[in-house]
Amino acid sequence: MSTRRTVEYSVSRTPEMGPNRQPVAMPFLPLGVEPEMQGEHMLINIGPQHPATHGVLRIVLELDGETVVKCTPHVGYLHSSFEKLGEYRTWNQIIPLTDRMDYLAPLIYNCAYAMAVEKLMGVEVTERCKVTRVICMELDRIFSHLLWVGTTAIDIGAFTVFLYTFQERERIYDLHEAFTGARVTPSSTRIGGMMADLPAGWIEQLQHFIDTFPRTLDETETLLSNSNLWIGRNRDVGVINGADAIDYGLTGPNLRASGVDYDIRKDRPYYDYDSYDFDVPVGVHGDCYDRYLVRMEEMRQSLRILQQAVDRLPGGAMNVDDPRLILPGKGDAMSDMESMIHHFKVVMEGVKAPPGESWYGIESSKGELGMYVVSDGGSKPVRWRVRGPSFINISTLPKLVEGYMLSDVIAVNASLDIVLGEIDR
Amino acid sequence: MADNIYQRYQEALRALESGPQPGESPAEPRSVAGAPSHPSIVAMQERFGDAVLFWEVQAGDEHVVFIRPERNQEILRWLKEDPAQNYLYLSDVTAVDYGGGRPLQVVYQLWSQTHRRQLRVKAELPLSALEIDSAEPVWKTANWLEREVYDLFGIRFRGHPDLRRIMMPENYAEGHPLRKDFPLRGRFSRAEQTRRALTMETEAFYTPQELTFMHEADDAPAVPPGEVPVAPLAPAPGVESGGGAA
Repeated sequence: MSTRRTVEYSVSRTPEMGPNRQPVAMPFLPLGVEPEMQGEHMLINIGPQHPATHGVLRIVLELDGETVVKCTPHVGYLHSSFEKLGEYRTWNQIIPLTDRMDYLAPLIYNCAYAMAVEKLMGVEVTERCKVTRVICMELDRIFSHLLWVGTTAIDIGAFTVFLYTFQERERIYDLHEAFTGARVTPSSTRIGGMMADLPAGWIEQLQHFIDTFPRTLDETETLLSNSNLWIGRNRDVGVINGADAIDYGLTGPNLRASGVDYDIRKDRPYYDYDSYDFDVPVGVHGDCYDRYLVRMEEMRQSLRILQQAVDRLPGGAMNVDDPRLILPGKGDAMSDMESMIHHFKVVMEGVKAPPGESWYGIESSKGELGMYVVSDGGSKPVRWRVRGPSFINISTLPKLVEGYMLSDVIAVNASLDIVLGEIDR
Repeated sequence: MADNIYQRYQEALRALESGPQPGESPAEPRSVAGAPSHPSIVAMQERFGDAVLFWEVQAGDEHVVFIRPERNQEILRWLKEDPAQNYLYLSDVTAVDYGGGRPLQVVYQLWSQTHRRQLRVKAELPLSALEIDSAEPVWKTANWLEREVYDLFGIRFRGHPDLRRIMMPENYAEGHPLRKDFPLRGRFSRAEQTRRALTMETEAFYTPQELTFMHEADDAPAVPPGEVPVAPLAPAPGVESGGGAA
């Protein structure tokens, strides 16, 4: 007959404190002598405040020795009800909410939302805007993957990588700041265009990044790809096969690591992605190591897309020429009465969308990002729904870790590339 | 002038409180225009007859089909497993509340990689009977997505293996936040919300299974009963020393 007991899990590595803050001598067991558990299971609680959960995720594990028997992720600690808030805001006012979900790839979320609303309104953005948004999305794909490599390496135990990738991220932050004025929450898009045209010298700054970034990427790979520690912690860990990955709804790099060639940029191309020359990396084994390889290669492919987009960036207007959507110029609004009335109406009443709905799925850095907007003809949505890739990816965690060891939970959780702001919304 | 500004301020606040009014929306947003052009809807009609209610095309190229809620699992399973449909991806499960007492819509967003096709399936549930069969036996993805719909809209999914709240705590008593009749700031006053937060039981953060697990551990005697004779007056030494259960 097996009994069960609960054990508190402490991440603190500081020695136990006794009276007068003196460390207490811990009773160490002689090597090779372990207490016999007699089939007892332990219940371990990780998080919500734990550095390896990448936010406020809580995981409850049932362990048999070191083997995970059952894993239950608990989410919702960061729930801010963005979708409810969106129902009380006009279409343009929702944009700042979108980049607070995935603050690791904010421009992708801005663009996805604007694309869904523009589709609902039947607005076709200008060519310059399209290419600019492609640049934004690919830049933030690199931005997000760089953070993933850095933090995952820290979780696994390799600290140096973090310094390399964050130095590069800083340069993308600078690009964000030069374009939008904000580093983390740029709120860059507007319905029908972007918040502003690209500033002078921005493309040159981006070109410099494209030229110099591959060197850092190579250095990062030399630090990890052949490292014994990295391979030992990642290979054959958290394996999921292609059919299961589809059934569990994995998308993005996590799905492609399992050998399924599904990339929305190729399969449902938007913004002329079919005219860019790039490859979709696909893994074989579906383990953590393949997820790493896929992401590293995706960064190289994103660089290729960026280069092509920079080369083809056309001149002309950034915003659509549609007075229903776009504010008049400041000079006009200050000198011309009609322009001022127009400015007032767009700001105070908001842009109106026709009754109907649209669902726009794009390939974000973490998987399929779906934006579902429902309008009843007013200036506010009836329903704004975000199909977040991280939410689905983290729901597969039990499937991925059950049967593996406790330390693998950290590696698998890191390999899924989650962001809690978007899981909890 | 001051009155005017005051009035506008009041109106703005009222508008913020009440949100979009149901009266603003069109009466019945549904259309049946000729024969369906989506091959899956045509096949669905042939196979399921009057279980397919009507269809519409949204935003130019998005095909939406409304089905009878009683037969949703059967139809969804067919959509996934029929080789001519093969919707292996369930992208999304969500719900839409138009407000004004109108039925809630459960929305399934599907994608077939084999045929490069998208389809949106909807089932309408009257507010008096918010229950529908779960899609979890068909796609594992539906597990958390349906939990979210249950939490935020209050729709119950029959046959769901683990239907619990997901965003809100398990003992959240204010209702289902994404329903139109739910006020933006919640049903309870700030004072009441704070009081509830402060008196919240930590057990609310564990699943029922985990709680049974822990209570079993608490109640379990350190020595299995029957092996050691329990003498009420002079307990055996083994019972005394292992009495962690108390």
